[in-house]
Amino acid sequence: MSARDEIFATIRRSLRVGAFDGPRRDAVAARLAQAPAGIIPRRGHGEAAERLATFKFEAERVQATVAEVDAAADVPAEIVRYLRDNNLPSTLRFGDDKRLADMPWAPSALEIARGPSEGDDLNAVSAAFAAVAETGTLALVSGPDNPTTLNFLPDNHFVVVFAADVVADAESVFARLKAAYGAGALPRAVNFITGPSRSADIEQTLLLGAHGPRRLHIVVVKS
Amino acid sequence: MSVVATTPRFKDNVHDALHDQRLQGALPHAKNFIGRRADAVSRLPEFDALRDSASAIKDHTLAHLDLYLEAYERKVVEGGGYVHYARDSDEAIAVILGICKARGAKVVTKGKSMISEEIGLNAALEQEGIAAVETDLGEYVIQLRGEAPSHIIAPAIHVTRDDIEADFRRVHRDLAPDRDLSRPEQLLSEARAILRDRFLSADVGLTGANFLVAETGTSIIVTNEGNGDLTQTLPKVHVVLASLEKITPTLNDVAQILRVLARSATGQDMSVYTTLSTGPRRAGDPDGPEEYHVVLLDNGRSATLGGPFADMLRCIRCGACMNHCPVYHAVGGHAYGWVYPGPMGAVLTPLLIGVVEGGQLPNASTFCGRCEAVCPMRIPLPNLMRTWREREFERRLTPPLARAALRVWAFFAKRPALYRLAVEPAMRGLGLIGRRRGRFAWLPFAGGWTRGRDFAAPQGATFQSRWRAKSGAVR
Repeated sequence: MSARDEIFATIRRSLRVGAFDGPRRDAVAARLAQAPAGIIPRRGHGEAAERLATFKFEAERVQATVAEVDAAADVPAEIVRYLRDNNLPSTLRFGDDKRLADMPWAPSALEIARGPSEGDDLNAVSAAFAAVAETGTLALVSGPDNPTTLNFLPDNHFVVVFAADVVADAESVFARLKAAYGAGALPRAVNFITGPSRSADIEQTLLLGAHGPRRLHIVVVKS
Repeated sequence: MSVVATTPRFKDNVHDALHDQRLQGALPHAKNFIGRRADAVSRLPEFDALRDSASAIKDHTLAHLDLYLEAYERKVVEGGGYVHYARDSDEAIAVILGICKARGAKVVTKGKSMISEEIGLNAALEQEGIAAVETDLGEYVIQLRGEAPSHIIAPAIHVTRDDIEADFRRVHRDLAPDRDLSRPEQLLSEARAILRDRFLSADVGLTGANFLVAETGTSIIVTNEGNGDLTQTLPKVHVVLASLEKITPTLNDVAQILRVLARSATGQDMSVYTTLSTGPRRAGDPDGPEEYHVVLLDNGRSATLGGPFADMLRCIRCGACMNHCPVYHAVGGHAYGWVYPGPMGAVLTPLLIGVVEGGQLPNASTFCGRCEAVCPMRIPLPNLMRTWREREFERRLTPPLARAALRVWAFFAKRPALYRLAVEPAMRGLGLIGRRRGRFAWLPFAGGWTRGRDFAAPQGATFQSRWRAKSGAVR
């Protein structure tokens, strides 16, 4: 008997069930189709402005920094300001996301690179698929628009969030993913990011920038 | 090639741990988790309702595990991934070695995986000339030291900063002797630089999984450092190694369990990186692995379903039970002698390596009940340990003297009148003798107790007689 067959046989013997038990199959099919929501904390809910305020509060609690700008065209200036204030080099990498590409980068005088990271970039910017108010979490999806390597290899990660994409909870992100990619389908990687990388493995001392970014700066576009 | 257990020598391990000054200096760090968890829980009014919800999801999943496994497997294959089944550690190792050899792999980077510890993967890879590189900072440190993790989420909690500096100076050949490594952040920078090269040069990346989602065929890892993501994004091959019970029906179900996981583990609302991986690189993807494999390990879990220890399969490996365990605080994780320490380890170890080898561990409990009180999945850990103790007794694994003493006690316990008749004069007598000092430095038959501490003198009357005197209820 193959390992697979034996494992399934043992599971069914232990559960005292057969392989073709109709009601059990119906229960599983129903749960997979309906995906019931369970207990949803109130924390992330509220009107758009309240959700944004919660998102900002929770993100800052986990050592991310958050700036708000009025329009997408203001993002390059905010990134330049952050780089200057933190004494960081004027370089920036991003992918094919049209929302980023259409921003006015020329006046910023930043040295721009495009595409995935090879591991030697200091700064990168991504556009978020959504953001979760409940926990100050960003949701990013893989693909040419926002390469996954940009989320982890650079020292300083900028993430642009459009205010309309700030949702209450993870469940709302899953609903949006379903709408965008179809039922039961996901992009190769979905990265939920809550603050900059950290480790407490040395005597339980919290240190930022373990392997991923040391700094996470979120730029919320209000319009 | 499973890990050699020292659990049969548990008593000696405990003795050594209690007398290890360096270890005793490091262990108090484990208590930091207690306050952090309490703070996180106090910020979420729905926490206890979420514990019920999360436990119910796992119970439902386990009762339909065969069907959710089928659904999960179908989705992974649809997405271009491979699913491998392994009955035991040797089969899992053979599958992983096969994947590595097909790619001619020389370096395998690893995200943190307790299942890889359970099957003894690193030693097996090294034996085949493949370098296994742990990339979680704590795992990296203990790999340099040739040790096993002493905690399931903080593997190097028994190691001090000074130890880590010494290890880095010993192993990192290019490290200048005058380089200042006195502060923790300098040690972190050093590890980051060394491991960055390893991430970029690895042929295969291996991670564990916190969840395998049947709805979408997705594996999910939850980390803080980002090492797991670099491990699975950069090499050409991503191997996910997970045990069967990680299956979870839907993404919404995952969201329920995530809300109790990090809070119970580190006291964070969410860990920094929660990553959903679904298959290999897609057309047009600029990064990500070309091959995606899932190795599903059984190791006795399928036989545990539906039995007296089935509740243990709800465990999500948060570590809250050991973080709150007075025994763990006193002796640390290595004394437990195998892969999983603390209360969850005391229940799981005999299941995985047998009661003959692991049967000592369920005795490592004061039955204070804190583990069950904090368990996000409401696993009745003290009860399960008690069940193991009964098994140990039934199988005559308890030492003869202890068995004889228990039999004498059982004889009296089953005969309350006789018990009172024997105990009341004895307590009166002891109370009289010990009246002056209030304690005994030595008592016959109680040498094991009085060697380490005094025995408080009884006050004379027994609890039962005082209960009767106060007209307490009698059953």
